[in-house]
Amino acid sequence: MADSSASVGHSSDDGVTKRDFLALLASAGAAVTVGAIAWPLIDSMNPAADTLAVSAVEVDLKPILLGSGITLLWRGQPIFVRYRTPAEIKEAQDTPMADLIEPQEDSARVKPGHDQWLVLIAVCTHLGCIPLGNKLGQKRGDWGGYYCPCHGSQYDTSGRVRHGPAPLNLWVPPYAFESDTKIKIG
Amino acid sequence: MSGLFKSEIKNPVINWIDCRLPLFTMMSKEYGSFPTPKNFNYFWNFGALAMVNLVIMILTGVFLAMNYTPNTTMAFASVQHIMRDVNYGWLLRYAHANGASMFFIVVYIHIFRGLYYGSYKAPRELLWQLGVVIMLLMMATAFMGYVLPWGQMSFWGAKVITSLFSAFPVVGQPIVTWLWGGFSVDNPTLNRFFSLHYLLPFVLVGVIFLHIVALHITGSNNPLGVEVKGPADTLPFHPYYTVKDSVGICVFLIVFSVLIFFAPNYLGHVDNYIPANPLSTPADIVPEWYFLPFYAILRSVPNKLLGVLMMFSSIGVLLVIPWLDTSKVRSSRFRPVYRPFVAFVLPICLVTLGEVGAHSPVGIWVILGRVATAYYFFHFLVLMPVLGKLETTLPLPESISEAVLKAKTLKKAEAV
Ligand code: HEM
Ligand code: FES
Repeated sequence: MADSSASVGHSSDDGVTKRDFLALLASAGAAVTVGAIAWPLIDSMNPAADTLAVSAVEVDLKPILLGSGITLLWRGQPIFVRYRTPAEIKEAQDTPMADLIEPQEDSARVKPGHDQWLVLIAVCTHLGCIPLGNKLGQKRGDWGGYYCPCHGSQYDTSGRVRHGPAPLNLWVPPYAFESDTKIKIG
Repeated sequence: MSGLFKSEIKNPVINWIDCRLPLFTMMSKEYGSFPTPKNFNYFWNFGALAMVNLVIMILTGVFLAMNYTPNTTMAFASVQHIMRDVNYGWLLRYAHANGASMFFIVVYIHIFRGLYYGSYKAPRELLWQLGVVIMLLMMATAFMGYVLPWGQMSFWGAKVITSLFSAFPVVGQPIVTWLWGGFSVDNPTLNRFFSLHYLLPFVLVGVIFLHIVALHITGSNNPLGVEVKGPADTLPFHPYYTVKDSVGICVFLIVFSVLIFFAPNYLGHVDNYIPANPLSTPADIVPEWYFLPFYAILRSVPNKLLGVLMMFSSIGVLLVIPWLDTSKVRSSRFRPVYRPFVAFVLPICLVTLGEVGAHSPVGIWVILGRVATAYYFFHFLVLMPVLGKLETTLPLPESISEAVLKAKTLKKAEAV
């Protein structure tokens, strides 16, 4: 039995048979099929179309006091909008890049001509807590920006991380100024 | 009778079934006459206790699910409805919530038993590894269950733990978004957690079945750690160990009842009676007590990715200890140098880690956390391989029965 395929002439000289080829082809086909079945299941767990449809929010900036900020929800995430004082802006702009964990200019994190408005996704880049410091009087840490109560990360007045364990700066959501006192997030 | 199993059961109805599906013969072989080492102590109760506990979890869970609503707007209220309006709903919920704690107490003792008596060593490596898989599945199940009542700790615990995966470069954030089904822990997350929380216990049942099959191939270890040599070393499982297990089950149920009826919220966190609020982080996010040691390891490392990796390896290392432990002797009774480390230092280290996990990582807690984390890995990665080679072990008894008889004569002599 062992050499039956060879004896009926399906074997080439190197011992590879047509049956080997068919087995490979069938396994590859089965693997592709399994993948094709698995993918819809896996992808169904990704954000659904209605979750993705970015619901934009408009924010009226007028009620925000100098040096303080407001918190709102966008796509289920908390957003900070903060009215920075001139001193805070200057500090953010003058920080040497070498001092930063994730170097980024302050100008890349605000809109030109609107330096006083800092808009951030208020999710600590460590493990997702909401940092303190958006409201006046809350703990702001050594760099005057934000302090995360969960594991002690600290951010500066541009929302850049200055003290771990958070590895990255707070994210800036996509937004635009509709007028000088109104922004649209999303 | 060709093709049928030859059943020896007398009852004609059962015999008829048994010939076609020999479940009864299997049960009486595996749980009736099954030869079991005759020197078990009460540490050998905890496997049976874990089984009882799993049954309690599945039963109470299925009935809770009949009144629970997995929707962010209704979940919290539906749990309160279970507590206040559903007949015996409070009992179902308190039994389920405290049952999870009991489950971890039982399984942690069960694992400690394995560590102390060397039950992970050849030929029981795979049996041990299946046990580690069971523990991981239990952790996943309990974590997702804790999210369901949708209180503040549910929400923020879920957020912190799922965010762990964002530590991995490149794939991290997409994985987290995929786990959440959105851009934050939200309704899709709650829905899938409920679905998986219902599913995983039944996966557990499957893995536990394999765990038992593997156990019945190698046979049980015992407090002496010497293999069974013959019939003189064993007793039939029934009635000897069915009775011993029953005693344990009674004690277990007493402790469980005390928790449910006198301190149902003792092991919980008050913040979970506040509905989830994505805009307000609680002052201190603490996981359930059974996760605290691992949470402490995570927070002891100042680097995010490294912390996550250390936490996962603290469980992963258990998978390879059958090969890390180089000692030929199983039971720590005969390992005078290793014994205090496994019996005292390791448990103290774990309790310390648990205590650290419950406190904000500042001051003394950081130092304690780091020392205990270091010892944890030192124990498995250094102590186990090195001591196994260096230690002079005590002489092992010839066989289980010899040791048991000797102990008996000694006792008699003392009595006289
Ligand atoms: C391995 C077994 C299981 C473990 C360790 C476990 C663990 C947990 C935990 C820790 C909670 C949170 C309790 C609280 O604080 O309120 C919970 C809730 C819940 N579990 Fe389970 N569970 C298990 C099996 C099941 C099963 C089989 C079901 C069946 C569907 C189920 C259904 C539920 C429901 C509906 C809730 C929400 C109600 C509540 O919070 O009390 N569980 N589970
Ligand atoms: S989540 Fe902010 S420091 Fe850990």
